Amino acid sequence: MHPEHAHTAAEAVVLATSLLRWIPLLPLIGFGIGVFAASTNRRSIVHITGPGSVLLAFVVSVIAVSRLWTLPAGGAVVDNVFTWISVGMLHLDMTFRVDALTSVMILIITGIGFLIHLYSLGYMHEDADEARFFSYLNLFVASMLVLVLADSLPVVFIGWEGVGVCSYLLIGFWYQDMANADAGRKAMITNRIGDAAFLIGMFILVWAMHDLGAASLRFEDLNRMAPQLGAAAPHLVTAVCLLLLIGATGKSAQIPLYVWLPDAMAGPTPVSALIHAATMVTAGVYMIARLSPLYVLSPAALDVVATIGAVTALFAATMALVQNDLKKILAYSTISQIGYMVLGVGVGSFSGGVFHLMTHACFKALLFLGAGSVMHAMSGELDIHKMGNLKAKLPTTRWTFLVGCLAIAGVPPLAAFFSKDMILEAAFASGHVVLWFIGLTAAGMTAFYMFRAYFLAFEGESRVDHHTEHHLHESPPPMTIPLMVLAVLSIVAGWVGLPHGILWGDAWGHYLAPVLASHEAHEIAGSTVLLLTLVTTGVALGGIFLAYSFYLKSPGTADRIAERFHGIYVLLWNKYWIDELYDRLFITPYVIVSKFFWKVVDAMLIDGVVNGVGVAVGKTSDVWRRLESGNVQHYAAAMLIGAVVTCGVYWWLA
Amino acid sequence: MNFPLLSLIVWSPMVAAIIVSLLPAQPLAVPRRAAFGLSLIPFVLSLVLVAQFDPSVGALQLTETVPWMPSLGVYYSIGVDGISLWLVLLTTFLSPVVILAAWTDIQHRVKEFMFFMLLLESGMLGALVATDLFLFFMYWELMLFPMVFVIGIWGGPRRRYAAIKFVIYTMAGSALMMIAMLYVVLVHAKTGQLSFDIVTLYDTKLTHLEQTLLFWSFAIAFMIKVPMVPFHTWLPDAHTEAPTGGSVDLAGVMLKMGAYGFLRFALPMFPLAAQEAFPIIIALSVVGIVYGAMVAFPQPDMKRLVAYSSVSHLGFVMLGIYAFNRVGMTGGVLQMVNHGLSTGGLFILIGFIYDRKHTRQIAEYGGLWSVVPIFSAFFLLVTLSSIGLPGLNGFVGEFLILLGAYRAHPTAAAIATTGVVLGAGYMLTMFKHVIFGPVTKEENKKLLDLTPREIAAIVPVIVMIVWMGVYPKPFIDRIEPTVTVLLQRLERAGANQHLGDAPRALASRDAGGEGTRLASAAHDGVAP
Repeated sequence: MHPEHAHTAAEAVVLATSLLRWIPLLPLIGFGIGVFAASTNRRSIVHITGPGSVLLAFVVSVIAVSRLWTLPAGGAVVDNVFTWISVGMLHLDMTFRVDALTSVMILIITGIGFLIHLYSLGYMHEDADEARFFSYLNLFVASMLVLVLADSLPVVFIGWEGVGVCSYLLIGFWYQDMANADAGRKAMITNRIGDAAFLIGMFILVWAMHDLGAASLRFEDLNRMAPQLGAAAPHLVTAVCLLLLIGATGKSAQIPLYVWLPDAMAGPTPVSALIHAATMVTAGVYMIARLSPLYVLSPAALDVVATIGAVTALFAATMALVQNDLKKILAYSTISQIGYMVLGVGVGSFSGGVFHLMTHACFKALLFLGAGSVMHAMSGELDIHKMGNLKAKLPTTRWTFLVGCLAIAGVPPLAAFFSKDMILEAAFASGHVVLWFIGLTAAGMTAFYMFRAYFLAFEGESRVDHHTEHHLHESPPPMTIPLMVLAVLSIVAGWVGLPHGILWGDAWGHYLAPVLASHEAHEIAGSTVLLLTLVTTGVALGGIFLAYSFYLKSPGTADRIAERFHGIYVLLWNKYWIDELYDRLFITPYVIVSKFFWKVVDAMLIDGVVNGVGVAVGKTSDVWRRLESGNVQHYAAAMLIGAVVTCGVYWWLA
Repeated sequence: MNFPLLSLIVWSPMVAAIIVSLLPAQPLAVPRRAAFGLSLIPFVLSLVLVAQFDPSVGALQLTETVPWMPSLGVYYSIGVDGISLWLVLLTTFLSPVVILAAWTDIQHRVKEFMFFMLLLESGMLGALVATDLFLFFMYWELMLFPMVFVIGIWGGPRRRYAAIKFVIYTMAGSALMMIAMLYVVLVHAKTGQLSFDIVTLYDTKLTHLEQTLLFWSFAIAFMIKVPMVPFHTWLPDAHTEAPTGGSVDLAGVMLKMGAYGFLRFALPMFPLAAQEAFPIIIALSVVGIVYGAMVAFPQPDMKRLVAYSSVSHLGFVMLGIYAFNRVGMTGGVLQMVNHGLSTGGLFILIGFIYDRKHTRQIAEYGGLWSVVPIFSAFFLLVTLSSIGLPGLNGFVGEFLILLGAYRAHPTAAAIATTGVVLGAGYMLTMFKHVIFGPVTKEENKKLLDLTPREIAAIVPVIVMIVWMGVYPKPFIDRIEPTVTVLLQRLERAGANQHLGDAPRALASRDAGGEGTRLASAAHDGVAP
């Protein structure tokens, strides 16, 4: 490990070190040990190596980031491990790279990842398959780290599909229930649809780069060449951006590929917190931010990105309004919140999108772990109508959950207040007033559904059945400590990105600026900013108040409204029948056509012709009976005769 | 090269077969152990072969030539290049693996079974290294008959039907190919030199019509072997009815003979006609990818499902070869090896579970993870390899093929990419029904997990699956020079628009203008 400074053509200072490979390698080793522990039934090993490997990865990440901070802005720490694929014009290195954007991601993944591993020690303690659980979780962390450390798109794709498989395995972790296995398969296949688009996007990109004389999929090269690419083939850039967006809608659960995420709640709750809230599902946002210099070249593609984000944010929020399953509420909330991130990057506020990614990782992990703590206490019950007044028995869970709700609702000065505001402000400033309004509406709904859940679960009268009531207990320290840490983070995480002119201002944006595309900032007056902030905050508080009056002050209001607007309620309750629609539109026809190909085309058409020939030959089938005499010498003799005859034919013909 | 290394590799399984046939048939351990021990010899020798192989050379290496019927121009001449090197190693690698895996699968006529398996190995190796048409045809037939016997004698209930179908299909192709071969030799003889040497015959002067007819004669024989839709229906029957060992060899090596035939004969011998066939072959490849995947989806029989998945995967291989650029064609050659490992691995694992339960019906299983976790974990890994998970072998080949094909025919490549989704569809559905869920059948609760012998058989396959996914460079480095030579030959014969991976002008609106070749300095075409 001899770090050395080297200057690249782009003047960015690059620090070469073999340190970075250890960041994904440590959890990968943890995975290996976990597999060993699982196959030899030594569960206690993973209690150390499971969380331990992620903690070590966190430490190495901190060292790497501190090295990065010794470099001037725009620098990067790089570790070239080996050449992966090299053929023809294509050269792909297994190279890891930490710049400002990646530094944020690795700290989130290893930091929050470690907290969730710690929490899992308590949560999964009684599960016989604990070792398998931790090995999958470690493998996930390793894959996710490869995804964000990669310096080229194909290496991102290794992590991208790797996290998908881990997600598949962890959703179906309790495999004995077929519903879980189905949910896992649905997640994997839906994601693969996005991945196929991702692949095609890469193909277009690499050949386009090749035609510019620089066949490469390294981000450095892509972003450097982006202007030339945009000048030579603007439509190609739009096509690539849209294809990669489809990839992002799969991984990040956006319209139209979001359908897997609600089902993914079948997995253990720490998995929902880590994979389906804090890290994996934000990969699409990360990728778009990573390729921001490419995306800014295609305003059309960016508009599509922004629209998908805003519409998803609202669409998912409406479905969250009527869910009764606590985790399902959080799932739709996650889809909705990622919608904000996508809206953010879509309106050119790349740092805003990543900012919300970071704050969301804190408060959504907190909320999921809180839900897990409730589940733990309630023997798996998740229906918020069967809860109530849990604050009495679960004080830590209640306070931390409340912090999470306040944070996601955007109450100042908690995390999402700053990050969501930054996105909405950017949407407004860039002239996307309709999208801004959609985002604002969704913000009100967010506050409403989160506090609906909070009030029904933790406040009011207990509706817990007697048996469960008896067992209600606060979770053990390995579970409550992560809750408390995440609660603190959910309060302070937003403070790094303050509005301009207040204290240190937008330190976040300044930090990320060198690696993100400089989208022409639309200056809006300070008074407008203030007004927008007031409106957003007002809407959030309004949502909370509405939830309070519906569910706490005068319970029953909600039911009356549901009756009044019965049609809408049924529509939302059935999640717009999107699953059923996809089933009718894609899956059923696919199965029918598959069976047609098999039973008609293959078995009747093609084999019909072949068997026609076969009947003639089949008459000689009694020869077979004699051939089966089992005497090797006979076969050998037969073969020799065949060979001689063949030779003879040749001889004669020649 | 004086030391006849290649000959030793080809002949040692034949000698082993004879030794096994001379040994007593009882106890059964005698032929089993002998066959296993002897099958390690060609494997070790082929490791030496890889070490001796010069990665910088694209032409045939380690050649050996002995006059056989010199008056007819028939020589015993063999050699190896980047296209055949890894297939040779795959063959010798799979042989001990298969013998170990099929240890208890075969209970009657064990000696004969081992005899045929070793003979089959010799035939396959010979066909891969023969550089003389006559010799090639001998080996081509030599590998056919042991396989027919393996299916016909040790196969499942419909083994006769499967074996006859296999023979009819293959013989039909062979006959066409034989006539075409002789025609080429006779035309070449007009130069006054009677030769069966393949490289010499590459330069035979043929009219356009002759090229076209001869190309298709070869192509149909090879398309049957690949198999490409609509010549594929022998495969599901052969695969399903064959015993484990037969299925693995069939999937691992014999299916590659079709694609290999294109690379060794059909393309270099008839370069113009081969390129003119581009639209048809590309279309059939893409149809094969999608159709194979779709028919695989509803299959109730595990082996049949995997057989149809082979149709889909071999479609990828053909697509890569017909991309006519270095990326795609190298990917195609690499994917032949990858498919041999993944599909071979799947057949081995299905064979293990078949040994225990004597059914291949998916519906007869379910919830196996809780009963046989080690089996299930291996099955998971091989399944992921088969669906092309990055980090495992299948992805590297698929990625290169699709990338290359995108240059040659963007629409075809885009349709083929859906194979990535469909592949996950049928494989994960099978995996779900077999491995996940509750144990629905009482008798499945008593299934035993893998034995040390079985683990020893599957682990080498797993190691290769991971190695070729993480670090495929040594494999690619040895394939690429030969592919480059082949592409140069094709280009010399008359490059058409599909050929090569040279940079093109990006924006069509600038076409024809000055400076449209944006980066001719970075020319990366096949021609030096």
